[in-house]
Amino acid sequence: MAASIRLLVRRVIRLSHGNITGPPAGLSARSGSCRGPSVCRCFSDAAGDRNTHFGFETVPETEKAKKVYKVFENVAEKYDVMNDAMSLGVHRLWKDMLLHVMHPQPGVRLLDVAGGTGDIAFRFLEYVRSQQERQQRRAARSMQTPSWEDISSNYSSEDVIESQESSAVVCDINKEMLKVGKQKADGMGVSAGLSWVVGDAEELPFDDDQFDIYTIAFGIRNVTHIDQALQEALRVLKPGGRFMCLEFSKVTNPMLARLYDAYSFQMIPVLGEVIAGDWKSYQYLVESIRKFPDQEEFKGMIEDAGFYTVQYYNLTGGVVALHSGFKL
Amino acid sequence: MWMTVGKCLHRLRKRQYGLISKVCFCQLHNSGTQFTDSCYDGLYPGHIHTTPIQKALLAVGSGVAALQNPYRHDMVAVLGETTGHLALMNLRDRMRNDPEGYAILTERPRIRLSTLDLDNMASLPDGSFGREYLRFLEDNHVTPDSRADVKFVDDEELAYVMQRYREVHDLLHTLLGMPTNMLGEVAVKWFEAAQTGLPMCALGAVLGPLRLNSSRLQSLFTSLGPWAVQNGRRSRCILSIFYERRWEQSLEDLRQELNIEPPPVTLSATNKGSG
Repeated sequence: MAASIRLLVRRVIRLSHGNITGPPAGLSARSGSCRGPSVCRCFSDAAGDRNTHFGFETVPETEKAKKVYKVFENVAEKYDVMNDAMSLGVHRLWKDMLLHVMHPQPGVRLLDVAGGTGDIAFRFLEYVRSQQERQQRRAARSMQTPSWEDISSNYSSEDVIESQESSAVVCDINKEMLKVGKQKADGMGVSAGLSWVVGDAEELPFDDDQFDIYTIAFGIRNVTHIDQALQEALRVLKPGGRFMCLEFSKVTNPMLARLYDAYSFQMIPVLGEVIAGDWKSYQYLVESIRKFPDQEEFKGMIEDAGFYTVQYYNLTGGVVALHSGFKL
Repeated sequence: MWMTVGKCLHRLRKRQYGLISKVCFCQLHNSGTQFTDSCYDGLYPGHIHTTPIQKALLAVGSGVAALQNPYRHDMVAVLGETTGHLALMNLRDRMRNDPEGYAILTERPRIRLSTLDLDNMASLPDGSFGREYLRFLEDNHVTPDSRADVKFVDDEELAYVMQRYREVHDLLHTLLGMPTNMLGEVAVKWFEAAQTGLPMCALGAVLGPLRLNSSRLQSLFTSLGPWAVQNGRRSRCILSIFYERRWEQSLEDLRQELNIEPPPVTLSATNKGSG
């Protein structure tokens, strides 16, 4: 309840700012007229005038979310196959690196936004399970000859372990992607500690201070208002919680950058056409990478949202950057 | 308060980033959600610009994909578009030299369920072209709307020729009396390869028989195949016929006009697959 009122207030403030940053000629005219009825007109004008990028195209902001939804609806079935084909399997290493840097311990709550087909969530559960096994093995090694008291306390502590179980929530705005993810989970037999939620990164359906870790892997560049998504991340994280973002970024080496560009624009749409039968969606995906801010700039945006100790790691020469920040 | 000022400046900065927009025919306030419908930046709706390297990659990729899964009609279509430039020019010139073909190139008719008058065609007498075509559609459970749009041909007129070729394919089945099972499709492909010279047809003609069993192979090589190739060579250009104006014409009449013999073997539509 409080969360939604806060969201409403934030929206009103944002729209009124949009009014101020509009064309200066209009500003003087509007500020002159009476505030009452013209306020509503100003809101609609502000929302209608604002354009954003959709790949290299310019579209109204209100359109972008719909178009992005359509893209992912089309590619959902072949999403994983295409990822493997386009990155030659390297995306698995990037995601493994995210988990490695995250180093989650048992009992931690993860929110994976734009998690779609569930890659991060599955890795998270696997990692935490192996951590738990490691802890148990360590505990077992340290008590090779347990007394009867230790044995009886072990039986009762199994319930404690249950309640400390980590959980992963996969949140995505696109139902098709979630459907594919759920099918994968069913196929793998993974269901404990995993939930699938439909939600918008700019307006998460969760209360404040809920999660220990918030991840968004290769999703934030598709969000219309990245700053809103960052603010929402700050909101739903517990104090001490960590924000982690994997995203395509600027390649530092110029030679590699040329190769990467050639590969992106020549090969990837062709792969999209041949494997998924959809050239345009993959053209959009490649263009959206170019429109996303670079490492330093994105770091600045994360800091602006209110995160501390923001740092980034370049993977594969800057093709992918892993940004991390803490809510304190 | 400073946070909000900071955010305003931030938003201004974001807007200044050069938004490179493609030459786009769509209005910015258009709420169309289709990629290709009202907004296209090519020579025709659905056109996608491709470099020669991309065309080569597409040709190889679609060839492999089509071989692996022959039901991927979109891959067969892409293969045809990326490899058929010379053959399409040849076809277009043949159409231009024929008066009826020239009329088609000017008027650009499309064969779709929305443009066909199905009730009228159903009321035509048996043996007429329109009635037989309708019977073919029903028996084989196909529809003329399942043809993919042309995407990778870089000339607007040639793209239309390609589209026309695809739409005429079903009519060709009717003219030749071939069903849509594997044997029928291969026979039609042999005819088309001889007629049009499209590399995709030639490839299909060579690789299609690999999926037939021995009895059908025999039938293909002894009677159907030679008949298809001979007729393909000597018949009038099938793209130059204004089929939309000939529904009432008798099928036999049309075959004679086009110089096509009736099939030596009557195939039924019931045996599907290569079995």
